[in-house]
Amino acid sequence: MKVLVPLKRVSDPDNANKIKIAGGKIDTTGLEWKPNPFDEYAVETALRLTENGTSPKQRLGEVVVVTFGPKETEMTLRAALATGADRAIRIDAKDEDLDGDLIARALKALVEKEKPDLVLAGKQAVDGDSNQVGQLLAEYLGWPQATFAGTIKSEDDKSLVVGREVDGGTVNVRVTLPAVVSVDLRIVAPKSVTSKHTPPTHNYADGVRFAALMAIMAAKKKPLVEVKLADLTTDTALKIKYSAFEPPAARKAGVKVKTVAELVGKLKTEAKVL
Amino acid sequence: MNILVIAELHEDSLRKSTHSAVTFAKNVGAPFSILVLGSGADKAAQEAATFGAQKVLVADDASLKDPLAERYAPVIAQVAKAGNFDVVVVTASSYGKDIAPRVAAKLGAGYATDISGVKNDGGKLTFKRPVYAGNAFGYCEIQTPVKVVSVRQSEFAAAEPSGGASPVEKIAVAAADPAAARVEFVSLEAAKSERPDLGEAKVIVSGGRALKERFAEVLDPLANLLGAAVGASRAACDAGYAPPELQVGQTGRVVAPQLYFAIGISGAIQHLAGMKGSKNIVAINKDPEAPIFQVADYGLVQDLFTAVPELITELKK
Ligand SMILES: Cc1cc2nc3c(=O)[nH]c(=O)nc-3n(C[C@H](O)[C@H](O)[C@H](O)COP(=O)(O)OP(=O)(O)OC[C@H]3O[C@@H](n4cnc5c(N)ncnc54)[C@H](O)[C@@H]3O)c2cc1C
Repeated sequence: MKVLVPLKRVSDPDNANKIKIAGGKIDTTGLEWKPNPFDEYAVETALRLTENGTSPKQRLGEVVVVTFGPKETEMTLRAALATGADRAIRIDAKDEDLDGDLIARALKALVEKEKPDLVLAGKQAVDGDSNQVGQLLAEYLGWPQATFAGTIKSEDDKSLVVGREVDGGTVNVRVTLPAVVSVDLRIVAPKSVTSKHTPPTHNYADGVRFAALMAIMAAKKKPLVEVKLADLTTDTALKIKYSAFEPPAARKAGVKVKTVAELVGKLKTEAKVL
Repeated sequence: MNILVIAELHEDSLRKSTHSAVTFAKNVGAPFSILVLGSGADKAAQEAATFGAQKVLVADDASLKDPLAERYAPVIAQVAKAGNFDVVVVTASSYGKDIAPRVAAKLGAGYATDISGVKNDGGKLTFKRPVYAGNAFGYCEIQTPVKVVSVRQSEFAAAEPSGGASPVEKIAVAAADPAAARVEFVSLEAAKSERPDLGEAKVIVSGGRALKERFAEVLDPLANLLGAAVGASRAACDAGYAPPELQVGQTGRVVAPQLYFAIGISGAIQHLAGMKGSKNIVAINKDPEAPIFQVADYGLVQDLFTAVPELITELKK
């Protein structure tokens, strides 16, 4: 199976409360760049689908990672190559010249060249929080989609049974490839992805795998090509434009209570919610 | 301007999330119609007809029994085109987030998600939406003539029926996409619960990793006593102490009840993103430095295994 995984680098989500807003723009200076966690989960999922978990060095399919960004974003791609992805593509663009729709249309053109069996995306990027690229891409390609995947069972590399985490529980769907799947958090649980290559008794470690030092060195030699955005789409107009940003309203400082009785008293007489 | 509100159904009734999308339309202040899709949608259509919509359009077809984007999006796009709707709105539930982008792509429309506010300046719409897990809000405009949005249920109060009855019109269902032939609904593992839905509950009792295997044993009696919904942190869901659909946060449900109890929850940014909008936040945590205390209106530094039973006794007094 050939899997294409779109990746984005984001400013450190755990420090998102340190972002500043200056001149109506978001300023993330001082924060570190990290791969979007959902995209790391997508890479992990793609690796699990294209290997035998007990001997992961032997690749049984291909994982191609792709990002949109300036030269520096190649670090994000190299990191994915170091964990096991086979090949990388950087589409040269600046963050501010992109929106979800443009990314989806450019990915469509890339998919038509690369012809993967599956596009595995993170369900959202934790900076823009837009949750749309996978679904848009599926529609532009005329492919089926399975969003918010918490589990994937690949029985034969032709179809996947996907457990989608929805508000009311889990919806299981079967999609015939090629398809777009967007992954949710629990996709990296030890047994959430089962491929036809890996024995059913195999348990993955919880979470995404780390790259060994050797693998980081080896990743430097793996293929990474640059593609111009204009080679994929000539219509680069943005559909969404931001005019301003502002910080969230501050919550008024709360109080510490000493006892349960005091808490209940306050909820009754002060907050009047009981 | 003309708005199309996409209803969300649960069994054969409207979900409350639909009421929030109606409120969005009312806030824009433009005429709106409601599209009800499903199989056996009569009851929901009658409900939808009480909100003052110009029309209620009903797509009732066996092929729409399960909400699959590949089947729903073509119908929605067809109705939006035929009625020359300028704005298509759906609530940012998992249902809305799954379907709306495909509708936008079909309409060549820009799509903005998780809208928390809207301003109509003489027909120019500006949307407010949270970014960076709610650590900033952006104001954006959609550049295309047709606009698709998903709105946060927690930010648009449920519309009350305004009486009257909108005309109900059945529409023929558009042919499904070829993609629909390649996706099959297998099953729904639904959480059966007598409790209110997280999106609608006035009180939520939420628990974190600290509860361990005793999650339900400790929290259920409190939730039962308060008629509350139960929520959970990601860590509690991942560890299997609570089912995944209870997750509150950036990537779980976004809630804004009158009263939110965060019990044994540290208050990571991703959790705060889902509950910071609550009117009153109570935190119970044995670590006085836990970040949850920075957003809590009332903080109690105590072991939850003693505090929660005590709380139940005190409430019963
Ligand atoms: C991409 C991504 C998305 C995420 N999305 C979400 C999300 O949507 N929702 C979410 O919640 N998290 C999310 N997270 C996870 C988040 O970062 C935190 O890991 C998680 O919220 C921590 O859960 P917790 O507070 O229950 O656990 P912990 O961090 O383990 O905290 C447990 C707390 O319980 C307290 N405690 C322990 N024992 C007791 C006791 N006996 N009595 C009282 N207090 C006690 C401790 O002091 C501590 O503060 C996400 C993470 C990532 C990377």
